[in-house]
Amino acid sequence: MADPAPLICRDIHKTFDQLEVLKGISLETRKGDVVSLIGSSGSGKSTFLRCINLLETPTSGDIIVHGDPIQFKNNRKGERIPASNRQVELIRARLSMVFQSFNLWSHMTVLENIIEAPVNVLKVPKKEAIERAEAYLDKVGIYERKDYYPAQMSGGQQQRAAIARALAMEPEVMLFDEPTSALDPELVGEVLKVMQSLAEEGRTMIVVTHEMAFARDVSTQVLFLHQGVIEEQGSPDKVFDHPESERMRQFLAPKF
Amino acid sequence: MFDLKGYGPDLAEGAVVTIELAFLSLALAITLGLLGASAKLSGSRTLTAIATTYTTLIRGVPDLVMMLLFYYGGQVAVNALSDYLWETREIDFFFQFDPFISGVVTIGLIFGAYMTETFRGAFLAVDVGQIEAAKAYGFSRWHTFRRVMIPQMMRHALPGIGNNWQVLLKTTALVSIIGLNDMVRVAEVAAKAERMPFHFFIPVAAVYLGLTAGSELFIKWLDKRANVGVVQGN
Repeated sequence: MADPAPLICRDIHKTFDQLEVLKGISLETRKGDVVSLIGSSGSGKSTFLRCINLLETPTSGDIIVHGDPIQFKNNRKGERIPASNRQVELIRARLSMVFQSFNLWSHMTVLENIIEAPVNVLKVPKKEAIERAEAYLDKVGIYERKDYYPAQMSGGQQQRAAIARALAMEPEVMLFDEPTSALDPELVGEVLKVMQSLAEEGRTMIVVTHEMAFARDVSTQVLFLHQGVIEEQGSPDKVFDHPESERMRQFLAPKF
Repeated sequence: MFDLKGYGPDLAEGAVVTIELAFLSLALAITLGLLGASAKLSGSRTLTAIATTYTTLIRGVPDLVMMLLFYYGGQVAVNALSDYLWETREIDFFFQFDPFISGVVTIGLIFGAYMTETFRGAFLAVDVGQIEAAKAYGFSRWHTFRRVMIPQMMRHALPGIGNNWQVLLKTTALVSIIGLNDMVRVAEVAAKAERMPFHFFIPVAAVYLGLTAGSELFIKWLDKRANVGVVQGN
């Protein structure tokens, strides 16, 4: 049998109180896919990403990670919650996330940040975890900063450390939540370059981004979200050069 | 040079009692504080109500009244429980509610309430992103608490803990009221017998001062350690 898809999302809805933020988003990935989620602020793209690793619980819809569907149940108030915290933890360990504001643990050095989850969650022997961490730090180009604390590094270096942390989990899918939005413009490039090299290695990635050049050049699939629905979806060629929806054309139009 | 009229050994023993009392009470207070703060932040209404009742009650009653209540009331309660167990189940259960235990329990309970507020504030000061990152990497709740929440919270809690500790240390003097032979009580007895209050109370004051000054240095050192990785603003 063929290897199951790394990630399938079916008809994801998310409602906060009365506000419906996601109105049925579906996504199917193949191994090695780089999916860019684009759209204006408030379109629901970050919420969708956060539903995938259950930082938000989708109101309805299915999430299947490598053939493994996440189980849900209803609590006493009738809200949908994950059926098993253990399953959620296992799934999250296979979907590592890179955050907009890095969220490196500030009381740990870079190396400690990177080995924390492999050692304590995946139960990798410490020695092996350190070797792996050093290899990934080298890959993202900050090996010599391994004993620094996050606050002692630039934003670009912190984000590259966060990417090394994500890589050290050897995840099924990497989730990037606007990884360059908090960076000074001159630091954006170094992070995008690392991400591009990951894409070239065939890692499966889902990237919420405002970097249109990255979405166009690196992705295999682009989703344009608008008010909680997918307005346009397909290859970068199709979405950027031959968009069907009026919204997408407006989104791409030069702003000044 | 300083003649303690033969009370020296007793005073030294009293000082040891004071220190033991202070450390045991601190351990209890920190445990209760962590439990109280976790309960208040748990989101469960029942737990929040229990913790709120605890802090409101304790912080609203004078320490001295609490001390007397626990010492005299504590023994009555143990006696009643002992009678009940013997009559209904024939279980032989009894212990003397001595001044030392009452002291630890009372001071622990009082400062547990203050610690609850200290820890609650400190937990709230932890950046949400730090906790989210822990979740996103598959940490269990306990692992998140132990490896991320506690070390990050400590940074914010230490000044408050230091403050509480100094007040706690001085509050131990209250146990002399219920007859525990701590440093203060020995000094009081000696001062009365010898009619030399300065002679006995000044050394006691000096010991307290030494202890608080020493702990201030220790807290400063802890604070430095807890703030590793933080860029300090000037």
